[in-house]
Amino acid sequence: MSEPLLDIRDLRISFRGPDGTWSEALRGVDLSLERGGVLGVVGESGSGKSIAMMAFLQLLPRGARISGSARFNGEELIGMAPSRIRQIRGKNIGCIFQDPLSAFNPVLTIGSQIAEAIRLHDRSVSRREALKEAERLFEMVSIPQPARRVRQYPHEFSGGMRQRAMIAMALANRPELIIADEPTTALDVTVQAQILDLLADLRKELGIGLVMITHDLGVVAGIADEIAVMYGGKVVERGPTDPVFYDTAHPYTAGLIGAVPTLEGTGALRQIPGTPPSIFTRPQGCSFNPRCERAEAVCLREDPPFAVHGRTSCACHFPLGPSLRVVGS
Amino acid sequence: MLAYIVRRLISIPFLLLGVASVSFLLSQMTKGDPLAALVPERMMSNPEIVEAVKAEWGLDKPLPVRYVRYLGNLIQGDLGTSFSTRRPVATDIAERLPATLELVIAAMIIGTALGLCLGLLSARFRGSAFDSLARIFALIGSSLPIFWSGLILLYLLSVRIALVPGTGRLPPRVQPPPTHTGLYTIDALIAGDISLFWQALAHLALPAFVLGWAVTGIITRLVRSSLIEGLGQDYARTARAKGAPERVVLIGHALPNAMIPLLTILGFTFAYLITGAVLTEAIFSWPGIGSYAVRAAASLDYPAIGGVTIVGSVAFLLANLLTDIAYAWANPRIKVH
Repeated sequence: MSEPLLDIRDLRISFRGPDGTWSEALRGVDLSLERGGVLGVVGESGSGKSIAMMAFLQLLPRGARISGSARFNGEELIGMAPSRIRQIRGKNIGCIFQDPLSAFNPVLTIGSQIAEAIRLHDRSVSRREALKEAERLFEMVSIPQPARRVRQYPHEFSGGMRQRAMIAMALANRPELIIADEPTTALDVTVQAQILDLLADLRKELGIGLVMITHDLGVVAGIADEIAVMYGGKVVERGPTDPVFYDTAHPYTAGLIGAVPTLEGTGALRQIPGTPPSIFTRPQGCSFNPRCERAEAVCLREDPPFAVHGRTSCACHFPLGPSLRVVGS
Repeated sequence: MLAYIVRRLISIPFLLLGVASVSFLLSQMTKGDPLAALVPERMMSNPEIVEAVKAEWGLDKPLPVRYVRYLGNLIQGDLGTSFSTRRPVATDIAERLPATLELVIAAMIIGTALGLCLGLLSARFRGSAFDSLARIFALIGSSLPIFWSGLILLYLLSVRIALVPGTGRLPPRVQPPPTHTGLYTIDALIAGDISLFWQALAHLALPAFVLGWAVTGIITRLVRSSLIEGLGQDYARTARAKGAPERVVLIGHALPNAMIPLLTILGFTFAYLITGAVLTEAIFSWPGIGSYAVRAAASLDYPAIGGVTIVGSVAFLLANLLTDIAYAWANPRIKVH
């Protein structure tokens, strides 16, 4: 088997809490992505899904303690020299962020920000050529009137157009991997669908690997080859997309699926009771135990190991059996 | 944009009439007697002389008459005659304002350049020894009273080691250059007199540094905190995700955003210093508007007080307008109508 594009092993991140003690925000995460594949990383806020990606790009605030391994094309990113990781950021790995309004610099034109992305990695390109390339990228992401649009400022774009521009910027250097962190969360539902379609089409056309980070299982259902569900700083269930939806093993995943609205659905949406744990006050044992209907004594004592259950792998003492599985949409 | 500027300019004379009225009425309400400046003390007992002087200066008329006359003259550009210099206030101001402008412009250039450099380096190397040193330097500049720092520096640099010349705008008995702008350095250059230019610049250096140092403090702190705030914004993370080194994130992304609050402060500081450079002017015998204002206030010289008030107001109104224009230029989200 060929080497994966991205291979994360036992990634751990700690932050120093208000009282000075270190708390683990990421507690040993394994993820991998084949070249050209799509991985959906799903979880509520605070599950650690974003910081996992920001960590190996070295974009976390100073003071985070990182251990483990993250190999990109076989090259270890953790502990990589800043000058080398800068060459990879934006060139080999592109990023799309949640809120495209705050992610663009408000006082610079969109075109100049895209031109910058190009020129940071190739000084031989002139400003004018880079702006021309920005226009071509705008065409690629279906922004009308590209020549006029590149000269506009972020506030002159609508939310959807801004996110298209963000995608154009991530694509600027034809990366091998794009990390999209909640790319549709800040958008209207109708615009969400357009952006998702655009992202799916472009990555297929260009053969780019995609890590899609989201709290919404519905967003990744149609696009991801594989899904990893995160909770409390760990991957709690992982597998190909279909089994994760139809042969769900972890009660938390089942809860997330129950919270996704469907066209045929008639009953009320089910919600998962309670709130996700803070990294500073994580419960003993399985971190999902306070919110889990199936929790028993062992769940309060021991953190369940990650193991294969049917067609997916999950970390649960009492995974859902076939008869108990939630029938997906 | 142009229509906006014109509209703002048109409003200025009306605002000035308001300012003049308030300053006139307030100075009439003070307890002191302006006659003290006009009549020698030993003649105060002679009612004929007092009445004659009152009549000569129009002080015998009731307040409303004087008020209307004052405003009427003002509209024609006549600020009245100073009680103490016995010359038209407008002439006094025209003579003294360029000196202040030269001092304040030089101080603003020094303060802004120094503040920007220190702020940038402090933000880049925050928490380092340099950051602490820059903060101390800035803190000293803004907290040391100018009459102290000015005197000490004058003593050390001029009296002890003669690095810079003493007080005044030029050495004694040196003729100033022919007046074009009233700024000696510029006028000397226009006249093509390079040695005079260096002399004027050397005299300007120390007072401008003392005043600029006080400004440096504010600017350094503002630039540093705006830049550090910018470095924590989402757009800075985006820039890093594009592969930008920290230097580019700082200068290319955080700095343009920091210009927005900086321009506001610069405009107001400049306007404030036009009448607020009194201490520097006094210590360095700089014949500017600030020292004129102090003398006018001390002797209840109403026309001079009114004149200085109007100059100060014009400075604020213009600085405000320029700030708004610069603001719209620095911040594309602002549109002026």
